[in-house]
Amino acid sequence: MATLLELRNVTKSFGAVRALRGVSFALEEGEVHALLGENGAGKSTLIKVITGAYALDDGEIQIGGQSVSHLTPARARALGIACIYQQPALFPDLSVAENIALRLEKTSPLHTVGWAARRTRARELLHRIGAEIDPAAEVRTLSMPEQQLVEIACALGAGAHVVIMDEPTASLTQKEQHLLFAVVRDLRAHGVGVIYISHRLEEIFALADRVTVLRDGESVGTNPVDEINESALIKMMVGREVTAIYPPAQSAPGASRLTLKKVGCSQSGVHGIDLELRAGEIVGMAGLVGAGRTELARILFGLTPADTGEIQLGGQAVQITDPRSAIAHGIAYVPEDRRRHGVILEMPIAANTTMAIHAQIFPGTWLRSTAERQLTLDFIRDLGVKTAGPQAPGGSLSGGNQQKIALARWLATKPKVLILDEPTQGVDVGAKSEIYKIIRHLAAEGLAVLMISSDLPEVLGMSDRVLVMRGGTIVAEFPHGVDAHDVMAAALGQKKEAA
Amino acid sequence: MQKYSRELSVAIVLALLLLVMAVAAPAFYDPQPLLSRLAREAPTLIVACGVALVMVAREIDISIGSIFALCGVCAGLLAGSGWPLIAVFGAVVVLGAVLGAMNGALVAGLRLPSIVVTLATMVILREGLRWKQQGAFINLPDAWQWFGLSQRGGQWALIAGALIILAVLAWASRHLAGGRFLYAVGSNAEAARLAGLRPRWITLAVFVFMGALAGLAALLNVVQSPQVDPKSGTGLELKAIAAAVVGGVAVSGGRGNLWGVFVGVLLLACINPALTYLHVEAYWEKAIQGAIILLAVIFDGLRNRRATN
Repeated sequence: MATLLELRNVTKSFGAVRALRGVSFALEEGEVHALLGENGAGKSTLIKVITGAYALDDGEIQIGGQSVSHLTPARARALGIACIYQQPALFPDLSVAENIALRLEKTSPLHTVGWAARRTRARELLHRIGAEIDPAAEVRTLSMPEQQLVEIACALGAGAHVVIMDEPTASLTQKEQHLLFAVVRDLRAHGVGVIYISHRLEEIFALADRVTVLRDGESVGTNPVDEINESALIKMMVGREVTAIYPPAQSAPGASRLTLKKVGCSQSGVHGIDLELRAGEIVGMAGLVGAGRTELARILFGLTPADTGEIQLGGQAVQITDPRSAIAHGIAYVPEDRRRHGVILEMPIAANTTMAIHAQIFPGTWLRSTAERQLTLDFIRDLGVKTAGPQAPGGSLSGGNQQKIALARWLATKPKVLILDEPTQGVDVGAKSEIYKIIRHLAAEGLAVLMISSDLPEVLGMSDRVLVMRGGTIVAEFPHGVDAHDVMAAALGQKKEAA
Repeated sequence: MQKYSRELSVAIVLALLLLVMAVAAPAFYDPQPLLSRLAREAPTLIVACGVALVMVAREIDISIGSIFALCGVCAGLLAGSGWPLIAVFGAVVVLGAVLGAMNGALVAGLRLPSIVVTLATMVILREGLRWKQQGAFINLPDAWQWFGLSQRGGQWALIAGALIILAVLAWASRHLAGGRFLYAVGSNAEAARLAGLRPRWITLAVFVFMGALAGLAALLNVVQSPQVDPKSGTGLELKAIAAAVVGGVAVSGGRGNLWGVFVGVLLLACINPALTYLHVEAYWEKAIQGAIILLAVIFDGLRNRRATN
């Protein structure tokens, strides 16, 4: 068997962040090779290096035994590499045949269109992968898996030897999955190499020949699937030391602040949430991307109000219908994407800080500028924000300092419950440990903190309790000091007994 | 100071132009024509302030010329049927606000793009007015012109009134909650919503306010002549938007300052008389105004590119 694709010691950095640190990887002819790793382990970067979207800093790529330098997306396509993304990138208003033609047809000298040939070709390609799709159908009328099949047809039509699938089953039903698996197996039988990315371990064991685990931008190991079990894979994914930058808990949790009983929201796919947050407690929320953690936060903050169950604050049942009612009830939410949702970059730090307390800062009539300035200066001092002053625009701050201002805005509302969504994403190590200290200090002052994070060591280090979400609901709860392995196993949906 | 560099650079251009006029054509500063010119720009200034606030909230309103005309005609009709000045004043401001609310409800309530909504209302109101008036002018009672003052006194009153409104709005946009909300919603509506603001109500409010200002401007226009022209305000929306853009208001929302708009209105208003006094053919007026707008936008584009790099 020939090697279709080989990466040797591939390195890629973004600024100070080393996304890939000397990864080696090989894909054989007629092989399904699974790629596994936590959020941020380097899977996406690796894929983008292979498809030519990112130039690598160091290392070598061989395609079909030939060393390739300066790989571009066009070059990668010409060399037979195709990638099928979770969200197919098709033109919704064009027909299936036109979409396939756009990828595959070369322009004729007069830019004429051979409609009959175009349709025949589309039909042939779709037939080859056993898809029953009308080439004349508009893409917008197709289901998600059908669109993926069109993508695969394009890949085949382009003569791809290497097909990359990025979480292809994330939005598929059971039946659709089986159809997709059959197509993947058929590709393998025809000698195509498939790189298969998925968080679902059972799929990997059902479909893949070999599996490579990435962690922190490094390849931890490659094994044939019949020589490894789920537990060993999880160990490979999480085997990281928890560093001691996390301040310890200072007091026992107090009275109940927030209680959820069977809360759900059909719109965002969250269901059956039972949860209790107590004063002075940090509850960590782990889970994979798409598990429903941010969606739960948006329910609590009234962005997508709950349609079932009961929310209690301090023992009182409440209705949270929009952010204003959430704020009025003492809930604060520091959102995940701070540049888009957190800090208003064009506005001064002072205005950002008082954005959620305008009733106090504009009491009835005009702005109390001295009060605003003083409040902002206090937060700048207390949270250690590095800035030119209260009138500097939010966009002039570094990521960590922006996050502190986003935090300050909510602390100014004097909340009882603080929801943090990925509080240290894109923040440098120094600012991280400062933010941890602030969060711990806030909890010690009696705030109930719900911290959503994809950074597993962070969740384990900071939380008094760890909850794990999967498929829109809470599937496990662990005390402080839990093993990373158990949390990851729960997030991946592995059965408890097998752990 | 760096924060206001954009406004200052326009002010410098205006100052240079005024200096050139002082040297090359001192007649430009003859008091009576100068006063008349400034008084004629008073309604434009008020409308430009309104549309600047709409643009700060990341919306646009091109129906203001039509609202202006409709309010003017109404003022004329009411005055003709013997309403006192103060009642007419209240009525046209309310009428403008109602018409603005119509725009605002469509934009904020149904989330339609404001350019399309106000394009439609611009045409509907303008054509409705033409059907009703058939182009006929409306005579005003004698006591109405210049608020019953002398021409000179009336002109001073108009200019003072417009400047007071400008100063109040400029102050309010920085020191009242409503002003802060406009900037927040125009910069980042989703972030504002997550901070507990209500972007859709704020959008509605700014359109209502715009309409009320258009009504007020119409009144300040009506008193300047013995008759009301039902075609008045044609092209006013473009003039106002141009002044706002030249004055540093970003079409993309969240940025702008009403004092900058003031400078923008003055600069664009100077072009035509300057050409006349310099004995250049007046055909060039529009081309020069266009060039100034283009320069302002290019300046902003370069500035933004530097900021993101």
